[in-house]
Amino acid sequence: MNSPSAFPASTSILPLEFYRVSFEAGGKRLIKDLSCIFAAGPSTVILGPNGAGKSLLLRLCHGLLKPSAGQIIWHGAEGRDPSVHQAMVFQRPVMLRRSVAANVDYALALRGVPRRQRRDLVAESLKETGLARLARHPARVLSFGEQQRLALARAWALMPQVLFLDEPTANLDPAATHTVEHVIAAIHAAGTQVIMTTHDLAQARRLADEILFLHRGRLLEKGPADAFFAGPRNDLARAFLRGELLWRRPRDGNSDQETQNA
Amino acid sequence: MTDFGSALGAALSLVVRLDPDLAEIVLLSLRVSVGAVLLATLIGMPLGAAVALFRFPGRTVIVVMLNALMGLPPVVVGLIVYLLLSRAGPLGVFGLLFTPAAMIIAQVVLVTPIIAALTRQVVEDLWTEYEEQLRSLGAGPGRALTALLWDGRFTLMTAVLAGFGRASAEVGAVMIVGGNIDHVTRVMTTAIALEVSKGDLALALGLGIILIVLSTGVNGAAFALKEAAQRRHAG
Ligand SMILES: Nc1ncnc2c1ncn2[C@@H]1O[C@H](COP(=O)(O)OP(=O)(O)O)[C@@H](O)[C@H]1O
Ligand SMILES: [Mg+2]
Repeated sequence: MNSPSAFPASTSILPLEFYRVSFEAGGKRLIKDLSCIFAAGPSTVILGPNGAGKSLLLRLCHGLLKPSAGQIIWHGAEGRDPSVHQAMVFQRPVMLRRSVAANVDYALALRGVPRRQRRDLVAESLKETGLARLARHPARVLSFGEQQRLALARAWALMPQVLFLDEPTANLDPAATHTVEHVIAAIHAAGTQVIMTTHDLAQARRLADEILFLHRGRLLEKGPADAFFAGPRNDLARAFLRGELLWRRPRDGNSDQETQNA
Repeated sequence: MTDFGSALGAALSLVVRLDPDLAEIVLLSLRVSVGAVLLATLIGMPLGAAVALFRFPGRTVIVVMLNALMGLPPVVVGLIVYLLLSRAGPLGVFGLLFTPAAMIIAQVVLVTPIIAALTRQVVEDLWTEYEEQLRSLGAGPGRALTALLWDGRFTLMTAVLAGFGRASAEVGAVMIVGGNIDHVTRVMTTAIALEVSKGDLALALGLGIILIVLSTGVNGAAFALKEAAQRRHAG
């Protein structure tokens, strides 16, 4: 009933608008008065140092967190439930204690896709991500790179209109990074709007059409990737491009988070 | 020493030729404990999972009660169930005292808290790990719960085995509510207690051997389940 294919791709739930959105937790404002519009088309990369609020921003987009102030509006939803047209891949892939194929199948089952169609969709998404020969393996014994690809396969099988990716290659070696970026490019080419975070400049150059630069919970710059890399208007963004802003100063607290994201 | 030697010989022969008296006692024990564990699983698992996942009115009361029951010695549980089932008690009209049903009830009270507590732990840990992913995939509370129970199945089975271990080994509760009546409510533990005091060491030892085998088997199964979970799911 909630099958993603129930609506033609042309009726996108995008654009997504953030209107003066703030998010607070533990008495701290972590996202500060953020306004912007995510439109259909360009592949969007949210860039910023560790602790900037990139993961929080994605969670707000995806509806996993509710803003403390402001509004988040899916303008194209038109009464539909936008959540069934989105998927998210987390920084640490969450693998169910089942086989590789069953991980994808479960996601499809939750969206109400009938069993007959699930088989083909599972096989196809595993093939596209190069996991077909591992289909029957338990998901949790895969290597980290394979788990990340399975997380992508699971999200892709849902054929979401919008796919959120949180630092999809943060802990991968160059070869695995290359494979995952390849899959991401294929997903984008197949018509899914990709919105991802990274603190890896080279990756942003490779994948981004549009850059959002985030620093300490504020959106400091947003624009086409070419222009951003040619010369950002914002001082902090320039410093970040020179590699001077990768770490937040200790007085900002929460060094745990930084080592974890390193 | 010869006493013990001959008793052991007689015990082994009882076990090997499946002495009807001994077999009857063993079968009743299994019926009572397996029945109690099944019922305790039906009550304890949903209870433990609900306590892990939801905040609802009465939740604190349930948690406190389960913790209190878990610490109670079997004789006290037996006493409480005895008072409830005795003719003058609130459930006296059913005439269940000194029947296998009474023993099952007492063991359900003993085992449910164990299964509920272990289930709660398993479900809570899995939920911490899965919550965002399951919410992202659009799983409502019901679907999330079944996914957690299914993915925790190996650990949950060890919880059931732990419950069976406690049920089949306890003597206090079944003694009080069952009364150790020959051919009616005599189970392994109560028979051992009684036959020793009567001096029939052979039967007591024979039942003891079976209990040891049973508990070794249960422990072995629990170990194998843990291994399987490790191997297949890396924990
Ligand atoms: N639930 C929370 N409670 C308190 N602080 C949080 C919470 N989640 C994130 N933070 C803090 O918010 C800041 C931004 O976090 P995050 O979005 O994870 O950064 P990024 O993904 O850009 O590295 C960090 O300083 C982090 O410690
Ligand atoms: Mg992050």
